[in-house]
Amino acid sequence: MNAALRPLGILLAAGLLAAAPAALSTFAVTLMNYIGIGALVAVGLVLLTGIGGLTSFGQAAFVGVAAYSTAWATTAGGVSPWLGLPFALLTTGLAALLIGAVTLRLGGHFLPLSTIAWGISIFYLFGNFEALGSHTGLSGIPPVSIGSIALIDSRAVYWLIWAAVGAGALFGANLLDSRQGRAVRALRGGPVLMASVGIDPFRTRLVIFLIAALYAGLAGWLYAHMSRFVSPAPFEIKPSIEYLLMALVGGASHIVGALVGAGLVTLLKNWLQDVLPHVTSNAAQYEQIAFAVILIVIMHHARGGLVPMLTRFLPRVRRAAPVGTDPLPRRTLPERGETVLVVDQAVRRFGGLVAVDKVSFELKAGEILGLIGPNGAGKSTMFNLLTGALRASSGRIAFLGQDITRMPQRRIAALGVARTFQHVKLRPAMTLVENVMLGAHLRTGAGWLSGGLRLDRSEEARARADAYAQLARVGLADKAEDLAGNLPLGQQRILEVARALAADPVMIVLDEPAAGLRRKEKEALAALLSDLRREGLAILVVEHDMDFVMGLVDRLVVMVFGARIAEGEPAAIRRNPDVQAAYLGGVA
Amino acid sequence: MSAMLEIADLHVGYGKVEAVRGVSLSLDKGRIVTVIGPNGAGKTTLLGAAMGLLASRGVLRFEGADLHELGVEDRVERGFCLVPERRELFGEMTVGDNLILGAYSRRKDAAFVKSALDGVFDRFPRLAERRRQRADTLSGGERQMLAIGRALMAGPRLLLLDEPSLGLAPLIVRDILRIVATLRDTGVSILLVEQNARAALETADYGYVLETGEIALHGAASDLLNDPRVMATYLGGATE
Amino acid sequence: MTPDIALILTVDGLANGAIYLLAGLGLVLIFSVTRVVFVPFGDIAAFTALTLAAFQMQRVPGTIGLVAVLAAVASLMELGAAVRRRSADGLAQRLFGYGLLPLIPCGLAWLIAARDVPEIVRIPVALGLALPMGPLLDRIAFRPIADASVLVLLIVAIALHFAIAGLGLLFFGPEGFRTTALVDGIFELPGGLVITGQLILMMASAVLLAVLFFLFFERSLIGKALRATAVNRTGARLVGIRPERTGVTAYLIASALAGISGILIGPSTTIYYDSGFLIGLKAFVGAIIGGLVSYPVTALGALFVGVMESFASFFSSAMKEVVVFSLLIPVLLWRSLALAHGGDEEHEELDG
Repeated sequence: MNAALRPLGILLAAGLLAAAPAALSTFAVTLMNYIGIGALVAVGLVLLTGIGGLTSFGQAAFVGVAAYSTAWATTAGGVSPWLGLPFALLTTGLAALLIGAVTLRLGGHFLPLSTIAWGISIFYLFGNFEALGSHTGLSGIPPVSIGSIALIDSRAVYWLIWAAVGAGALFGANLLDSRQGRAVRALRGGPVLMASVGIDPFRTRLVIFLIAALYAGLAGWLYAHMSRFVSPAPFEIKPSIEYLLMALVGGASHIVGALVGAGLVTLLKNWLQDVLPHVTSNAAQYEQIAFAVILIVIMHHARGGLVPMLTRFLPRVRRAAPVGTDPLPRRTLPERGETVLVVDQAVRRFGGLVAVDKVSFELKAGEILGLIGPNGAGKSTMFNLLTGALRASSGRIAFLGQDITRMPQRRIAALGVARTFQHVKLRPAMTLVENVMLGAHLRTGAGWLSGGLRLDRSEEARARADAYAQLARVGLADKAEDLAGNLPLGQQRILEVARALAADPVMIVLDEPAAGLRRKEKEALAALLSDLRREGLAILVVEHDMDFVMGLVDRLVVMVFGARIAEGEPAAIRRNPDVQAAYLGGVA
Repeated sequence: MSAMLEIADLHVGYGKVEAVRGVSLSLDKGRIVTVIGPNGAGKTTLLGAAMGLLASRGVLRFEGADLHELGVEDRVERGFCLVPERRELFGEMTVGDNLILGAYSRRKDAAFVKSALDGVFDRFPRLAERRRQRADTLSGGERQMLAIGRALMAGPRLLLLDEPSLGLAPLIVRDILRIVATLRDTGVSILLVEQNARAALETADYGYVLETGEIALHGAASDLLNDPRVMATYLGGATE
Repeated sequence: MTPDIALILTVDGLANGAIYLLAGLGLVLIFSVTRVVFVPFGDIAAFTALTLAAFQMQRVPGTIGLVAVLAAVASLMELGAAVRRRSADGLAQRLFGYGLLPLIPCGLAWLIAARDVPEIVRIPVALGLALPMGPLLDRIAFRPIADASVLVLLIVAIALHFAIAGLGLLFFGPEGFRTTALVDGIFELPGGLVITGQLILMMASAVLLAVLFFLFFERSLIGKALRATAVNRTGARLVGIRPERTGVTAYLIASALAGISGILIGPSTTIYYDSGFLIGLKAFVGAIIGGLVSYPVTALGALFVGVMESFASFFSSAMKEVVVFSLLIPVLLWRSLALAHGGDEEHEELDG
């Protein structure tokens, strides 16, 4: 498949959907309407669960909040359904923000468990509010009208629903291909990388949770005015699981998967409802069992869903390299020789263990400083203190004259500190260029809405051009559109350097960049770092490969048991008896 | 006589990267053999593969049996025990419980468990003092003693030690390695993996130097101790 | 509200809390050993109550069919795995464990179902039917994905609940049942407070079982091996503890706890085929208070949930579920604050 064919495919799908009502029976059109409503919720879940890795078992409750809001506003309040929409989205959004603010800080399994709890709570609330008609629900909800035409007939509502699905799917797809969308896609690998490039993981989770709830809210509004009656049953936990099933069956990481999944699940449900009553008097139960078993089998054998199983056989869409676009503006670096980093008596304790013990050193612009020491010497802890991943127990760290000792990681990143990791932290399912663009997060500013509405294109183009320039610089330009997970480990390390450079840093901090590299690659890396030094970057390297370090750095700091035991030029360090003893284990 | 442990042309990889490439070594019964090398050379990976925690390709035989066909727990039952780099103690449980669980593979032999426990307490009197204390309240050196003691509770025939000196002060390293040397006298063979080359070579009979996943040098421990090429693998600079 | 009413509500709440306590212990046990949030726990409890109710009506309980179906599926999976491995090593033992052993309580249940046997026979047989359910569900649903992330395991656990609740309806039908009280008698305490023997039995059993549970984990080698697996899985393997086997033990113990909870709760509320879900979820609230790791805090949390529920139903019986589940919000908030203060170390939550 070729990138140019993509809009063609979308147009074809849209055309087929537009022509569908003419060819389908009324019953089939009604079915399509249900598929559309399910698809909207599922698109939200793909963004939240499939991409962002946050599982929700309570999505039907959001559909319910919106459906009840608009039902109440249009019946008791007597307002137009068009006013019911913003009201429904407002209540759903507020509910999501409230729930999200409380639960989204929780790791792993606590979040999905809590979604069950609030999902059930909200369901019971519906059934117990007099104003919401208790268990009988609310009826007499007006249909949506466009001008003087009331959309009562299922063929008429079809247009409204599928227009919403189309807009929702496009918004979601656009969002994934934008600055904030990349942040969502990066969520799954954990918060460490995100904080190092200046993304707030909690905020990102909260917004994507809100967006998923708003998709459910839109679906709820459509549902209320299509069926013109709401009662608690469709918003309990079982439909929530059906929505999750839709997202997972189709392929949790693809917007198209949501549409496919919604279609399959709705059709399967309908088929079971047709067939089972002929076979058994307990049709609803077999349906429930069938759905649950399908979900288990998917989890056992096809965790990625159906769409990825099929697209695996298609070539991936590759984009062309940008031509003639200006890269992003760059900051002015400090003068060469100016001191950028001052570490003064830094101490870090873990319980009784002193991992970093009164270490002091300085780093100048245009200098490469090596930090070496045997395993367990406290080098990684020192690194984490510099980048803000850990806080010093005492002592002071200043960067460009500012005290950063207690500064959060994101602000330190914004000041111009970029890093790589000892255990490579990339997003294997994203392309090289997308991984590098993550590094430029703080140099760009496009928000969620402008990403979803494609108002961010000129900035995106510049960020892409910039990322391509960084990839070219480290020698990976020819693989820019490959997936990062397909690179050998050595090149993954180099890719991390490109990502660090994309932040346009003043100082880069490299954690064992040469590990796993072949000789040629090491030479290329050393040449690159020398170039960067000439441009005036301050570079700090932790490395075990002594041949690499000794030939490259200007100065070395040697740490043993948390303390600095030596500092000086490489040749002097090599002759230093204390250092030799520390490495080979000398006399005590 | 064939070797107790035989490793030949062993390859271990994480994903597409091979951390150990074609390593061969052998260990005869009653010997202490050490594998030294700088950080990142693949030492821990090598032991992980030998223990069955990591998948590997190549020859891996213990007392004539093909280790590839045995799970981690089966290897333990045959007296093939690892003291891992990360200790992997049961932190929330007492020192005594940690030791008793060490003998889990021998749990049906109450007399053995009792004598093994006495043996460990004789060897590490500190652990006897602290037997009711939680393992996560121990100091670094005590934890290492507990990790070794726990492995001894299984009645090992071959003990794999992964960086027993890691994070310990030099004096404690001496103590621990002295105890390791005495284990040989009780019939336990030892494969000692260390970054601290001098201490390891002083303890061992034979040594292998691992560098970026391959064996760079090997020979009698006393020869390697004075070989400048060993220093070169650590601090670089020397010519081939 | 008068102090008398408050006292009655508290006692009632503690009795229900006793059930949540047993369930909470089982949930924490399974989670800490296997990382599975075992949602179907409540279903096993409910099915055990329904089994006993069937015996009391001298009917054949649907549990027999359910256990037989699970045993058949597990046996087929073992056969399939052996074919894929091209090796029959240990197959006979596994088929015996998963295929034949579970049929023994089925046979016993079949024998006594239509007869007028004393309760003292019925209760152990009903419990016997509960026992194989945990290990069988483990074999069928969780063993094939033992290395998956907690999240994937949780999704499977929830789906599993819906699958077996569906089976429950097929085998038990939609009617609810209440078993006859295990003990009669009403006790009047000074001050006019009246307590039924049933309430005392519930609380006493929970206390006794909690003590046994504690002793088992503190004193027995198997209990210690279970804790060791929970604390450090790699460490446990390195001393020769097989995680698969400790998993089976954990599921057996949890099944027993679930069965006993079901027997105890049967006389005090009407149990339906799907009642287990809410029992399990309320126990979860208790377990989450304990952070899914601490047994004592879980026990306190479960009792707290029981008392809250009891008071909430006094004010508005319809809203009691809302109150209990809304309770999670402050609990989670407190947990997340605790997390924010202690969350120093780097953690990556990769899942594939």
